[in-house]
Amino acid sequence: MKIDLQQVEDASKEIYIRALKLLPPDIKAGFKRLDATETNATGKAILGTMIRNITVAEANTNLLCQDTGIPIYNVVIGANVVFDGYQLKQAITKGCARATKEHPLRSSVVHPTTRQNEHTSCGRGVPVINIDFSDKPDELSIEMIPKGSGSEFNSWLKMALPADGIDAIKTFVIDCVLEAGGKTCPPTIVGVGVGGTADLCVHLSKVAATRPLGVACTDPEGAKLEKELSAVVNKLGVGPQGLGGDSTSFAVHVETAATHITLNPVAVNMQCHSARRSRATFTPQGLSYGF
Amino acid sequence: MAHFEFDMPVTEAQIREVRVNDTVTLNQTLYGIRDATQIHMFDKGRKTRFDLRGHAVVHTAPNVKWVGETEAHPSGYEPICIGTTTSARMERFTRPLMEQYGVRIIIGKGGLFAASQSAFKDIGGIYLAIVGGAAALETTWIEQIEEVDLDDLNPESLWKFRIKGFGPLLVAMDSHGGNLYTEVNKVARDNRAEVLAALGVKSTKSA
Repeated sequence: MKIDLQQVEDASKEIYIRALKLLPPDIKAGFKRLDATETNATGKAILGTMIRNITVAEANTNLLCQDTGIPIYNVVIGANVVFDGYQLKQAITKGCARATKEHPLRSSVVHPTTRQNEHTSCGRGVPVINIDFSDKPDELSIEMIPKGSGSEFNSWLKMALPADGIDAIKTFVIDCVLEAGGKTCPPTIVGVGVGGTADLCVHLSKVAATRPLGVACTDPEGAKLEKELSAVVNKLGVGPQGLGGDSTSFAVHVETAATHITLNPVAVNMQCHSARRSRATFTPQGLSYGF
Repeated sequence: MAHFEFDMPVTEAQIREVRVNDTVTLNQTLYGIRDATQIHMFDKGRKTRFDLRGHAVVHTAPNVKWVGETEAHPSGYEPICIGTTTSARMERFTRPLMEQYGVRIIIGKGGLFAASQSAFKDIGGIYLAIVGGAAALETTWIEQIEEVDLDDLNPESLWKFRIKGFGPLLVAMDSHGGNLYTEVNKVARDNRAEVLAALGVKSTKSA
């Protein structure tokens, strides 16, 4: 299956804009669930405003949130998909810059020391492009995530001790939620990385934070841990926007990796309530858009 | 819990009447300000030509489109999507904004801390919590970008918006020491031990 790189560029533009405007159905369902159970009047009013905002964005074909984020593209490649990998990355970067110029969008990306903004949403190492492979031979999937800074600002890594066990992981997650308060734009998806190396652990926390609601960790131990944490996180009372209530998080998601005998790493990365994602899927039948 | 309609700018007396859990809706003028704007104003010695006395600022960097200066868009910018960013990063600028420029209202999300709280108390100011991430809705409250200053910092320029029915916004910090964020934070920290016990954690010291 041969891939047309111009089509990849166009799709990379399209999915950035789509991600900013259309909230995935699992997040909308998450709002419905939280709204039905919220007991705090302020929290209920804030959830109501958030839900109204989703409708206004759709009606006005406007962005859900002003924060266009750091653009992340997750590419998953099937065995029969043929393309030049270097040029694919170029095509994605061009599509990202075109979305910014042509819509136009606020470029939220600057050089880390000069703070120079190229007004393309691109720069050294950005967009972030992650490459992986799948067992679907005739499919190329590109997922786009505009990662907002309110939630990204609150990211943590702790290289805990093996002797402190799983209690250290649980305590760390709860303390991160408390420290984040309203700064991460709750209700959030709390992404937890457990194990691996330091960098893999942080990466896993991002994978967890951006995983669709209702999808469980494929490691049974991770699934058990995220179920336990999800059951209690909303008892803290942080609430929507940190102004009190039951709806602190949609869920806690955990991703795991094997680690060294001396290590017990845990990382937390959060996704805000504007938990935006979109996807372009290339198959022999053509290109389709979804979440 | 009272509701206030403010035609901007306001006086200190108007601000002193307001208490946490009240709501406020703003009309007429609102300024947009952000990290880089304030870094340049307070750390790099730059000045704005705008008169901010008695006004409100919102922590923002909007999505705009350059369309050229017209009657409908006197700044040359058409608003696309205007929302609000996390205030916490800009804590140290609250007092100089109030002392040097006479700002009375800060609009943001996530709240501010003790230094801002004391500035609100000493000088007469309030913090209004907007719903972060609800920018499509917020944009409908903005009629026009009237003027822009320090635009080399775009999108972190100093923006002058003409607004209509901007709110209702929740008063989260007032000029009498009231602070909803610290109240909620205390409740949440008090719930910590119970939550950790429910997770079967034996020691509740910080991990």
